[in-house]
Amino acid sequence: MSRYIPDTEEDRARMLDAIGLSSTEELFSDIPEELRFKGSLELPESMAELELASHMKTLAGRNANAEAYPCFLGAGAYDHFIPSIVGHIISKPEFYTAYTPYQPEISQGMLQAIFEYQTMICRLTGMDVSNASMYDGATALVEAALMAVRSTGRSRVLAATGIHPEYRDTLRSYSRFNGIKITEVEAVSETVDKGRLESILSESPDDIAAIIIQSPNFYGYIEDMKSVAELAAKYGALSIACVDPISLALLKPPGECGVDIVTGEGQSLGNPLSFGGPYLGFLAAKKELVRKMPGRIVGQTTDHEGRRGFTLTLQAREQHIRREKAVSNICSNEALNALAAAAYLSVMGKEGLKEAANLCLQKSHYACDRLLETGKFVKISDAPFFKEFTVKSLNEPVSAINERLLKHGIIGGLELGRFDAGRFDAGSLDSGRSDHGRFDLGGADLGGSDPRRFDTGRFDAGKLNPGGRDPGKKDCWLVAVTEKRTKQEIDRFVAIAAGGDR
Amino acid sequence: MNENKIIFELSRTGRKAYSLPACDVPVKPAETMVPGEYIRADATELPEVSEVDIARHFTHLAHRNHGVDSGFYPLGSCTMKYNPKIDEDIANLDGFRSVHPYQQEDTVQGCLQVLYEMDRMLSAITGMERFCLQPAAGAHGELTGMMIIKAYHESRGDTGRRKIIIPDSAHGTNPASAALAGFETVEVKSDARGGVDLEALASAVGPDTAGLMLTNPNTLGLFDENIARIAEIVHGAGGLLYYDGANANAILGKCRPGDMGFDVVHLNLHKTFATPHGGGGPGSGPVGVRNELVPFLPRPTVELKDNKYLLDYDHPLSIGRVKSFYGNFGVILKAYAYIRTMGPDGLREVSETAVLNANYLFGRLKQYFTVPYDRICKHEFVLSGEAQAEKGVRTLDIAKRLLDFGYHPPTVYFPMIVHEAIMIEPTETESRETLDSFADTLISIAREAEEEPDKVRNAPYTTVVSRLDEVKAARNPVLKWGD
Repeated sequence: MSRYIPDTEEDRARMLDAIGLSSTEELFSDIPEELRFKGSLELPESMAELELASHMKTLAGRNANAEAYPCFLGAGAYDHFIPSIVGHIISKPEFYTAYTPYQPEISQGMLQAIFEYQTMICRLTGMDVSNASMYDGATALVEAALMAVRSTGRSRVLAATGIHPEYRDTLRSYSRFNGIKITEVEAVSETVDKGRLESILSESPDDIAAIIIQSPNFYGYIEDMKSVAELAAKYGALSIACVDPISLALLKPPGECGVDIVTGEGQSLGNPLSFGGPYLGFLAAKKELVRKMPGRIVGQTTDHEGRRGFTLTLQAREQHIRREKAVSNICSNEALNALAAAAYLSVMGKEGLKEAANLCLQKSHYACDRLLETGKFVKISDAPFFKEFTVKSLNEPVSAINERLLKHGIIGGLELGRFDAGRFDAGSLDSGRSDHGRFDLGGADLGGSDPRRFDTGRFDAGKLNPGGRDPGKKDCWLVAVTEKRTKQEIDRFVAIAAGGDR
Repeated sequence: MNENKIIFELSRTGRKAYSLPACDVPVKPAETMVPGEYIRADATELPEVSEVDIARHFTHLAHRNHGVDSGFYPLGSCTMKYNPKIDEDIANLDGFRSVHPYQQEDTVQGCLQVLYEMDRMLSAITGMERFCLQPAAGAHGELTGMMIIKAYHESRGDTGRRKIIIPDSAHGTNPASAALAGFETVEVKSDARGGVDLEALASAVGPDTAGLMLTNPNTLGLFDENIARIAEIVHGAGGLLYYDGANANAILGKCRPGDMGFDVVHLNLHKTFATPHGGGGPGSGPVGVRNELVPFLPRPTVELKDNKYLLDYDHPLSIGRVKSFYGNFGVILKAYAYIRTMGPDGLREVSETAVLNANYLFGRLKQYFTVPYDRICKHEFVLSGEAQAEKGVRTLDIAKRLLDFGYHPPTVYFPMIVHEAIMIEPTETESRETLDSFADTLISIAREAEEEPDKVRNAPYTTVVSRLDEVKAARNPVLKWGD
């Protein structure tokens, strides 16, 4: 009998006897005989705890990890410092072994922690209301787009190509099925083309539900959030900004820029890299949008004795009440990751987060300057950046640089040429083409305007070139430098990166 | 000290809990790197507290929370089983927790092997061809499955299939997920035995049917004995069958959705495979499909070629991504460790014990509550508090009274087709003694409901707060500190 199953043979016999059966098999007599599974599942045999621990350590040993290898990879997941106490807090079994706090009287701990999380997210973003978390940055962005469509009654969103390619891919998947139309808007010098945005908006002023940007964007560059928000407002569209939460200790909060909905990937806030998840998406908005918001929201109230207490609220938006009319299908979210974020932000506090953000700014600029000084790299844009930047390698393919770094025990930056081509072109090229004809009208329904004009905005030039790479990003390298990287590590990284020629 | 403060109320200017190294690169003014108009004018008003403040604050909050480790948690449809500690330790190994998702493939072979083997193991458990591990939760898996079904029909030029049929006993996420994927939903009623009404189903299907979403055993905890006939009706009309795996804890090694005729399946790793619910998440909702639907799975897939694991993005018919990266890897990892711990016999024992525990508890409670469907149940069962409600004690009151005895209440008022529903799922990780004392408590509350109804109506008495004013919370939303 498994160590997780307390029933003894005697217990089983007594229980069967109590319900008047003679074997466990009779408990399954309602499954038609021909559908019953007779054999043994094709799975490896069970392991004792020692065997399991050893097996898993072997598997873990087949991965390079950022504790052993200084990591200069970012692109949506970052190697930030996680204070020790954060792990201790999320390891408290009363938190991590609990379900969604449906019974508030015995869930005040998690409810209050989420309320504190919501407060911190509002303060970071400058928004009025935050939900209790979404799955990740990608799905938070999609849900924000859906919110905008619901709120405005319009069906098209303009998405900057500076948004993380995987987020755009996720947005495309969702929109293919639920009728939202996407027009992707190209960048000029790595930030969104505002002239292009304005011309699309002015050509179809009643069609656009939202403009979506990411700042700093995928390539590291800070967008002019205020101008984008003003542009959206001018045409009655909403503005959606996907932001880096650490950057907000230093950069102007989206709320102050007039942004309507703020989303982002919250992994940087106390959550480990963990090969891509679990992370958390945050979603915050202006007050007037609260009843269109997806997901759980915790509110403060009082109990019968007038004591302060917390409960899930505004549930009339949600699937368990509204079923097919719910604003979203989300049920489980990422509560424990949100707890980690709240614990992290409590530790860092007002001064610490600013200090961490400033270290990111200083160190990434130091790294960028040193790389440029070697003469082997050039900038691809003069736009300002926060902790991540893109350089172009002049003499050597980025893959060779990354290989050399790895040999020296360093995880290098992201090879953009291969990344864009390998990950997105092959797949999204085909579905992109079929989308164009069948699911996403791609501008063809924009009344009197010329549909072809929108085509260039939808897919990178590289993606229309079968098997080819994005020519704009060939030999480009996306480098992230967090507060964890020391000057010594950066100097070594630069020296090795510059150390080879063709 | 025990006064319940918000972390912001503990804040004092100048206090801190962090320490960061001094900047070891030459410091430049921020304005020389970022234009002034992009820079934040005021500091972010986060709390200023010491590490001791934080330790005590969150310990205090933890004491105000009930988890599986605190006590019995028979929350129906949620499978609140014990979460093995070793699995937590495994997810905390540096070789997993500190791995970046964009590292080169040859530096993440261990992670890819876990994903690859998990795909194979879940396929074996359910009788499916392949699994995608990307969806982050059950509802996310449902949405992914709905997208796959739509993409499949459309790929065949079969574009008129707009409707998804859903039984009236289904989870609320089912219709919400179908709607989000652009489908209309059609509800079919349940028959007198709690299964899908075959006549209603036969008249609901047609050339516009894209598929049926079904939980089996269903939310009443009952196995739908007509499943083969249901599959025949739906397939006969050209639709596909979707299996909501929320209740898979009843069927491990006993029957497989693939053998029942299901085409698409999602599993909740945070229910069936013992990963913790985290106070509401993270979960993981992998989606499996039969052979013809494999090309439509989200990309990338993990493949094994020449003894090397790799990510394969070359799936032109794929619905695309449903989230960033490869799913909730840390959760998948814990479920992987659990399946490796249990093995095929252990998993079968899980379901046999979960079903035995449910039937035993059902048997102990039957005579004290209204029983809407008196049959052998699977891993959970549904009672009705109708008789008590007639005397003025509602199911909600019974649930609240259970709190005074240290129990998390069952799921209440769901499924919606049972009046005053009480849905109980004990799971396999509870002993007979626990089941007995829970039954004794519930029976004593049923007696209280007769003899001292006000005592039940005003419960709970022992919790840190009494019943909360939820109307006030919704009418005057206070959603952050300082509102």
